[in-house]
Amino acid sequence: MFEILKRQEMADGTVVLNEISAPLIAKKAKPGQFVILKANETGERIPLTMAITDPKKGTITIIYQVVGKSTALFKSLQVGERFQDVIGPLGKHTHLEKLGTVVCVGGGTGVAVMHPITKGLKDVGNRVIAIIGARTKDLLILEDEMKAASNELHVCTDDGSYGHHGFVTDVLRDILKKEDVKLVVAIGPVPMMKFACQVTDEYKVKTIVSLNSIMVDGTGMCGCCRVSVGGKTRFACVEGPEFDGHQVDFDELMKRLNAYKEEEAVAYDKFKCDCQAG
Amino acid sequence: MEEKTAKKDKIPRQPMSEQEADVRKRNFEEVPFGYTPELAMKEAERCLQCKKPSCIDGCPVAVDIPGFIKLIKEGEFTASIRKVWERNSLPAVCGRVCPQEIQCEELCILGKKGDPVAIGNLERFVADNERNHGTGELPPKARSTGKRVAAIGAGPSGLTVAGDLILKGHDVTVFEAFHKPGGVLVYGIPEFRLPKEIVYSEVNFLERLGVKLECNYVIGKTISIDELFDQGFDAVYIGVGAGLPRFMNIPGENLIGIYSANEYLTRSNLMKAYLFPEYDTPIVKGRNVAVFGAGNVAMDAARTAMRLGAEKVRIVYRRSREEMPAREAEIHHAEEEGIEFYLLTAPTRFMGNEKGRVTGMECIQMELGEPDDSGRRRPIPLEGSKFELECDLAVIAVGAGANPILTQSTEGLDINKWGYIMADPLTGKTTKKGVWAGGDIVSGQATVILAMGAGRLASNSIHDYLTWGW
Repeated sequence: MFEILKRQEMADGTVVLNEISAPLIAKKAKPGQFVILKANETGERIPLTMAITDPKKGTITIIYQVVGKSTALFKSLQVGERFQDVIGPLGKHTHLEKLGTVVCVGGGTGVAVMHPITKGLKDVGNRVIAIIGARTKDLLILEDEMKAASNELHVCTDDGSYGHHGFVTDVLRDILKKEDVKLVVAIGPVPMMKFACQVTDEYKVKTIVSLNSIMVDGTGMCGCCRVSVGGKTRFACVEGPEFDGHQVDFDELMKRLNAYKEEEAVAYDKFKCDCQAG
Repeated sequence: MEEKTAKKDKIPRQPMSEQEADVRKRNFEEVPFGYTPELAMKEAERCLQCKKPSCIDGCPVAVDIPGFIKLIKEGEFTASIRKVWERNSLPAVCGRVCPQEIQCEELCILGKKGDPVAIGNLERFVADNERNHGTGELPPKARSTGKRVAAIGAGPSGLTVAGDLILKGHDVTVFEAFHKPGGVLVYGIPEFRLPKEIVYSEVNFLERLGVKLECNYVIGKTISIDELFDQGFDAVYIGVGAGLPRFMNIPGENLIGIYSANEYLTRSNLMKAYLFPEYDTPIVKGRNVAVFGAGNVAMDAARTAMRLGAEKVRIVYRRSREEMPAREAEIHHAEEEGIEFYLLTAPTRFMGNEKGRVTGMECIQMELGEPDDSGRRRPIPLEGSKFELECDLAVIAVGAGANPILTQSTEGLDINKWGYIMADPLTGKTTKKGVWAGGDIVSGQATVILAMGAGRLASNSIHDYLTWGW
């Protein structure tokens, strides 16, 4: 189990796609749910929301950005090799219902998470406007897939190297000015979700975000992933990962995501060093 | 008879030698070294071999205590472990973590005048001896019945059910949500109190008996109980543990460096964060540590923090020493290692810095009033007694609640108002046909051996059901 069947480097090798054999999880998984992966005996448990699930083939696909030791270790796994542990599907799935016009905003690898949700929202009959963005053209992922999954796609790059020159929030604001939008789903880096929520708050449009807190067990046992939502502490792993974005304390989340910054640097440096030595 | 008693009383209770407090408080190796065969035989000599032994009544799984001790006395260690295995599949664990002082040893007749027989130490010895020098020969198994049982949760309760039913000829599979078996024995109890190698060895014993183990299965998510029945299981035992951490709901509790005991211990024990960066999981290493609560879990957290290099570790508890729920031996070990106790003290809020890290806490002193529902005297805040303490790591060990993942996803399983599963106290039967439950998910947070006792009752009932249909 958990063999890597397909491996693809994207966005200049900073983002990696792994299609993994996990028949039980693939059978149960729904858009918005995540898995916890552990590469080897000494590895960390890392939560990642699934980008694609294929129950017939019995596979799940994750797309992740290489940001530290654990994701670098994931990247080092080749086709035919295995993740030691994959646990899931975890968390609540996205609530998909027909509302009218909805906007899906995805940034960075958040686009991967957004893809099945976008498709799901369109499949139940919504008119889906998708906005995806990246820092620069080379870092953009899943443009074609998002185009197919939505009715209308807007692409943004921070440096103007492709599509709209600017942030996804600029395009979001333009759309909210013109259209009667019933729901916005925003998934990406925490600052992007925070600013997207500020924009939608101005237009009083309900906004769902998917939070990527640090987790250990992912089943509500440890409370590592706790986030403040509407002044209350919630567990992202079992009560989320999706929450009403207007209620989320993003500043607290951002700080908590940096909890182990120093340790992560130590681990990553050691890994790079070991790799060179090995 | 009197003469015999007098003679045996002359041998004092044999202590186990242990690592010096100053040394052990900075390492994760086990604290006591265990008996040598000579010491074990000497201690076994003290047992009076009572005709009506009350010690057995104190054991939740009714181990034949005089029986296995007699065999130790005779130097028949293999026969002795077999005697224990008749009733207990996890003796190396129980010998270490059972609260014998309020169970078997409390009822030992020798305890009336002096020290009771060190039953726990002897159980530990005979299990360790088998693991290190044993023949590896397995106990006899009943003929296969062709019936399939699923035990959910590879903790003490589920493993007991697995051990019991495999010997009775049933085909048992244990499903575990974590990536390793053992439950609280692996994620909760630290290495220095229960080396993980011992837990894996006990699990391996069950596997050698034929128990199948499936890790990474979150029942209710990966697969449901009804699907297990569809796959051909005839009975299901739920022993998933409590699994929901309690917080104190005071301001600042989400600052970095504030952990639930579950998270702190899971990082250190299961994920081996104490070996970071050889292992990838990090953990906040505090210099000034506060642990809230005074049960065994709090002692484990405090002693772990000390071993991770803390300068100061405080147990902060709102009641007095008398009400502390931890075993006396654990409190004693913690004190020896320099853990300080701030009794009749409760936190009111945490303070943090611009990075969102905890830097201190505000506390208030308490006094004890009239007894509350639990029968313990209720702590009442003393006005004007607030004070501040520095702290860069806080662990909240004030108990656990019921994790809803499995119960919410299972039709027909009645739960009480706290979310615990309703199960018959004598059989472990739930309101769902073919489903039993026991351990912390029924009783609320308790001990390893009580979870094992519940597993024993349920396995008897499951065996009856599979054999006779009731």
